Amino acid sequence: MAEQHRADVIVSCLHGRCPDLIPALQEEIERRGLTTEVEVVESGCRGLCAMGPVILLQPEGIFYTNVQPADVPELVEETLIKGRAVPRLTYKEPLTHKDVCYYEDIPFYNKQMRHVMHKCGMINPESIAEYIALDGYQALAKALTEMSPEEIIAEVKKSGLRGRGGAGFATGRKWESTRQAEGDVRYVVANGDEGDPGAFMNRSLMEGDPHAIIEGMVIGAYAIGAHEGFIYVRDEYPLAVRNLNMAIEQAREYGLLGEDILGTGFDFDIRIVRGAGAFVCGESSALMQSVEGKVGEPRPKHYHATERGLWDKPTALNNVETWANIPLIINNGADWFASVGTERSKGTKTFCLVGQIANTGLIEVPMGITLREIVYDIGGGIPGNGDFKAVQTGGPSGGCIPADQLDLPVDYDSLIEAGSMMGSGGMIVMDNHTCMVDIARYFLDFLKEESCGKCTPCREGIRRMLEILTRITQGEGEMADLDTLEALARTVQNASLCGLGKSAPNPVLSTLHYFRDEYVAHIEEKKCPAGVCKALIEYYIIAENCTGCGLCRRKCPQQAISGEKKEPHVIDLELCIKCGICHDVCKFDAVGVR
Amino acid sequence: MPKLKSVEELRNLRAQVQKDLTARTETTTTITVGMGTCGISAGAREVMQAVLQELNAREIKAHVTTVGCIGMCSKEPLLDIQQGDEPRITYGNVTPKMVPRIIEEHVIHGRVVDDWVVGRIAMGQEE
Repeated sequence: MAEQHRADVIVSCLHGRCPDLIPALQEEIERRGLTTEVEVVESGCRGLCAMGPVILLQPEGIFYTNVQPADVPELVEETLIKGRAVPRLTYKEPLTHKDVCYYEDIPFYNKQMRHVMHKCGMINPESIAEYIALDGYQALAKALTEMSPEEIIAEVKKSGLRGRGGAGFATGRKWESTRQAEGDVRYVVANGDEGDPGAFMNRSLMEGDPHAIIEGMVIGAYAIGAHEGFIYVRDEYPLAVRNLNMAIEQAREYGLLGEDILGTGFDFDIRIVRGAGAFVCGESSALMQSVEGKVGEPRPKHYHATERGLWDKPTALNNVETWANIPLIINNGADWFASVGTERSKGTKTFCLVGQIANTGLIEVPMGITLREIVYDIGGGIPGNGDFKAVQTGGPSGGCIPADQLDLPVDYDSLIEAGSMMGSGGMIVMDNHTCMVDIARYFLDFLKEESCGKCTPCREGIRRMLEILTRITQGEGEMADLDTLEALARTVQNASLCGLGKSAPNPVLSTLHYFRDEYVAHIEEKKCPAGVCKALIEYYIIAENCTGCGLCRRKCPQQAISGEKKEPHVIDLELCIKCGICHDVCKFDAVGVR
Repeated sequence: MPKLKSVEELRNLRAQVQKDLTARTETTTTITVGMGTCGISAGAREVMQAVLQELNAREIKAHVTTVGCIGMCSKEPLLDIQQGDEPRITYGNVTPKMVPRIIEEHVIHGRVVDDWVVGRIAMGQEE
């Protein structure tokens, strides 16, 4: 009869990796006088080779992984003598490992509501089959066979969907006017000319789920009675152009575009027009000019595109994200869509979260979520040692919203009230190392380049504002400049033709409104509180922190830093060009900015 | 592919492709690389090439596919592995150097490389 033991220690997966483990165990067991109670057994592979050596203690069934000889005394003491498991050594089930959670538990995702983007990142955009497998083109089938054009328009109106390009015009009403406009030729156009710096939600949608846009456009074309459609994409998005082209070809091959779609007798086809990258071509009338092959300049709006748009024919122009919302509304119903959001802003909106934020990325949130939730819960807050200062929404022509407005709900109307706008969905987070005067200057510099020059107030006004802002950042501003800035801003806002000019002063006006003290600091104290404007700052060594390591001295491109080893260094301000390298390389926070 | 002539045909096609997709995930491993512009600029193409190379070298049969941006751009390149009914595991900030270990441990031995996982998707709930 085999000897009876109180416990068995079954060791496996040694693979010669740890020849000392069994002797160490036996030695420790003997030292503690447990030899008669406990047997050490060597066993074969348990299939967890990467976690070996593994030990199974019977009869308790305690399972230890990665056991090393050094762990043996603790193992014997705790488990064999005291009968407790050593948590440090126990096996962690890979699939329930606490450190890694399901997507829906990750804060970045659990406050999001991914409707429009729900196929992005899940399906292969090059495969129409994968789109169809996830119920793609079912909304089109439903619309073409079970709904009249009027019913579709009524459904879209009821859903409360508003244009996702930023202006927020009611999509259903736009379609209705296009359908009712006189003429037998009508067009639908998708605006994929995303130009805001730091915004890439349209690009991601066109790249990641091109069929959703196409499906929405076919439904819209059927609703308004169009047989031709255009997708306007900027040429800087080569992958979007490629995936859209591929998707259009596949849809044609499957009979989902072209003549007699799904045997219903409805004809519709789409062409891609590539934009050359002018920011103003994201504006609807300039975009249509560009599609026609003319210079991309806006035209006066005494008649609407819904009556006279592309080639003077009634045209429904929507942002690509708006189009991608249509299949969802048709599939799930207007009530489902309207159940999300605020009273006047329904559904979800995609945003690009960029700037000083931990989780840079593309998010989709229900309308009405607060900026605080976006910045702190989804975005994960401000990285490093910065403090939240402002968030800029709506791209270069949006405004900066300060910290005390963080509980502002994100919807079309609240953002406009706060002096910003929804825009197409750029969201730039700034911390206290961002100078608001410099930010306003940066955006105006962008807009100066992008103004088409047709209207004098926009063309000249932006330049003059930029000159003043540049002067202020160089420490040459006067208090009277602030009034001039405001007067110029109002003029540009009121007297420009298109949205670019009308919104161009927003960065100036919103920063002047919320951060006037920073402007005053630049003008009166000749200081840049954020330490950004080069003319107004100087770098200095904080002697008590400096260890004299000499790193900054070696890195300085101007040889402006001197000092003996292990003695505090000094910066020669005459030579310093304020490049900031010393500040960046110092490991001891010994380089300050003032 | 002949043109779809009716809604009926579209529904049949959907049933067919759904079956194909399920068959694929049940029988083989699907490796998905995020190849939106954000992914590509972070090095997803090199990662995908490393995956293909590793699969070839080890003569592993797996389905490699690409998808667009899922939104977690700060963690690109993202690489997902899906085997059977197991949750789809997402690895973040993947470099070509990490690929052999992921293939070795996850694809061959079915053990998730916890150190590099950024999230998982329970299958059937992605809708």
